[in-house]
Amino acid sequence: MAKKAPEVGDYKYGFHDRDVSIFRTERGLTENVVREISRQKDEPEWMLEFRLKAFEQFHSMPMPQWGGDLNELDFDEITYYVKPSEQSERSWDEVPEEIKQTFDRLGIPEAEQKYLAGVSAQYESEVVYHNMEKELEEMGVVFKDTDTALRENEDLFREYFGKVIPPSDNKFSALNSAVWSGGSFIYVPKNTKVETPLQAYFRINSENMGQFERTLIIVDEGASVHYVEGCTAPVYTTNSLHSAVVEIFVKKDAYCRYTTIQNWANNVYNLVTKRASADANATMEWVDGNLGSKLTMKYPAVLLKGEGARGMTLSIALAGKGQHQDAGAKMHHLAPNTSSTIVSKSISKQGGKVTYRGIVHFGKKADGARSNIECDTLILDNESISDTIPYNEVLNENISLEHEAKVSKVSEEQLFYLMSRGISEEEATEMIVMGFIEPFTKELPMEYAVEMNRLIKFEMEGSIG
Amino acid sequence: MAGSTLEIKDLHVEIEGEEILKGVNLTINGGEFHAVMGPNGTGKSTLASAIMGHPKYEITKGEVKLDGEDVLEMEVDERAQAGLFLAMQYPSEISGVTNSDFLRSSINARREEGDEIPLMKFIKEMDATMDDLEIDKNMAQRYLNEGFSGGEKKRNEILQLMMLKPAIAVLDEIDSGLDIDALKVVANGINKMRSDEFGCLIITHYQRLLDYITPDHVHVMMQGRVVKSGGPELAQRLEAEGYDWIKDELGIDDETVGQKA
Repeated sequence: MAKKAPEVGDYKYGFHDRDVSIFRTERGLTENVVREISRQKDEPEWMLEFRLKAFEQFHSMPMPQWGGDLNELDFDEITYYVKPSEQSERSWDEVPEEIKQTFDRLGIPEAEQKYLAGVSAQYESEVVYHNMEKELEEMGVVFKDTDTALRENEDLFREYFGKVIPPSDNKFSALNSAVWSGGSFIYVPKNTKVETPLQAYFRINSENMGQFERTLIIVDEGASVHYVEGCTAPVYTTNSLHSAVVEIFVKKDAYCRYTTIQNWANNVYNLVTKRASADANATMEWVDGNLGSKLTMKYPAVLLKGEGARGMTLSIALAGKGQHQDAGAKMHHLAPNTSSTIVSKSISKQGGKVTYRGIVHFGKKADGARSNIECDTLILDNESISDTIPYNEVLNENISLEHEAKVSKVSEEQLFYLMSRGISEEEATEMIVMGFIEPFTKELPMEYAVEMNRLIKFEMEGSIG
Repeated sequence: MAGSTLEIKDLHVEIEGEEILKGVNLTINGGEFHAVMGPNGTGKSTLASAIMGHPKYEITKGEVKLDGEDVLEMEVDERAQAGLFLAMQYPSEISGVTNSDFLRSSINARREEGDEIPLMKFIKEMDATMDDLEIDKNMAQRYLNEGFSGGEKKRNEILQLMMLKPAIAVLDEIDSGLDIDALKVVANGINKMRSDEFGCLIITHYQRLLDYITPDHVHVMMQGRVVKSGGPELAQRLEAEGYDWIKDELGIDDETVGQKA
């Protein structure tokens, strides 16, 4: 990756406390497991209760019967909590050759490869991180992992935690609420503008790439922040379920952008609930890139609660062989003059399936609200599938809603045109695909855009012919 | 070496089972400008696309050779790399790919890896060529042909022609949709290419382009064949008298393909 990677000598493996803290819950989910997670983390009583209640709700809720096929997902086969030191026990030899090759092709330094593959639990970029940390501290910004925040900022934490996504929201938010671990916690004080994107990547915490991470971001009035999570390298995990919850509060006049690029191994069910609430004149933007995984179900949502609040979701999804990306957005217009934009770009190839699924809701109070939806799909061959499933709920007549959906194939004419200038079929296809997702990549921080392009090129190899 | 030679012999081409070209013969040498004229529906554009290898067109008989090499055996990109160029009547639009990125990729596609055109050299050359063609500079950063007017698309084709410097170019109705000022600009650009190293096949059904570009040879196509060839005077006569005299001379009622002579 193109980030300021430290020298190899700078990082160390996270084995230092293995003798005291090796801990891994038994497979499957029982009340005992939930209690044990909370006990291991030495959490306050209210959090244990929160978890236990969520656990009950998880059990009582049926599996969703819509979206992707979840029949093969076996909750009993999953390990719900592994303490960090334990995670680092995977050896480099166990990492599949395919993943290693991908790392090489993406030009990721070896030290970082090991971190990403879970061989080393810690990826130390202390210098970079500490400089930033100091700066943030001076501004009063809190940026830490969620477990630490619960210990150190309990009151603030408790005020917002689980408030925009209650455990009962859906089966997977209930699951996450019962077993969550890691994730990021950010608080940006009033009128504070954080200029540099905050990146989960720099945090020294083995849990930030966890299975059930929980992220909570509060952007106070007039403040602004851009948070970036993930990276384009394939996330190698032996666990087959990733179920995160991301809650964001954007207060009056505040701005938040949340950028995600994730590239899961193709055995992973990626079932994520992301929701933000936006107060008056606040802006919430989700920039969401979904690659890899077996099935992704993810519909970043914005509750436009205050007058003039704005929401945007800009997403791309790429589905290859055996993959289903069921992704989209939800915009709930609950106040006057709120506006939203949804731009969804999907690519399917080699029999992959992409579904855009979205809801735009206009409540009774949404006078003068506007929404623009644009769904573009590019299908690369005849085996691949795309679907567009938009729901609109309109309870107010004084609104405007525009929806444009376009499905295209890489056309013979386009290929002929590019090739007639000497460009090979492979390169021509790649140019067309890159051009297609350009509206997304141009929104990414530079180094991520470079990686994204490299990754798409890599994904496109062998797609022709 | 004084340019390349493109030889088309007894070329038969089908599209979706229907024969469009029924034995075309043409030879274009470096230094020569050929015009292929004819009313609509006589197979002119099919000839252009078939030479470049459009996948819709099936060659059922005949040969196309560039300096003795079998063009029909080559993929489209290989034909371009061998020195052929087709300025298209309807250039494709490619969203998200800037004109200048596309052009640079095209130039580099003909060069060895490690010998890519230096960026500054490319920019200077593109700027100068855009000036020649009176193209607005911001077109370099616009997406390839997306939202271009008909005239802008045509100029863009000629920009590519001038930047890529092929050995043999086929220009498919490069004049259609151009007003007279744009036509002059485009013709100027093409005339600038004139050299022993460059041969050109200009397809048009208007004579007016030939007021600005003087062809060395003029061919008339009807019913999927070249039915008459001559010098520039043939174009002048066509301008003055139209096509009917040729039809009378050859006993043709309907000049479009699908009709038997």
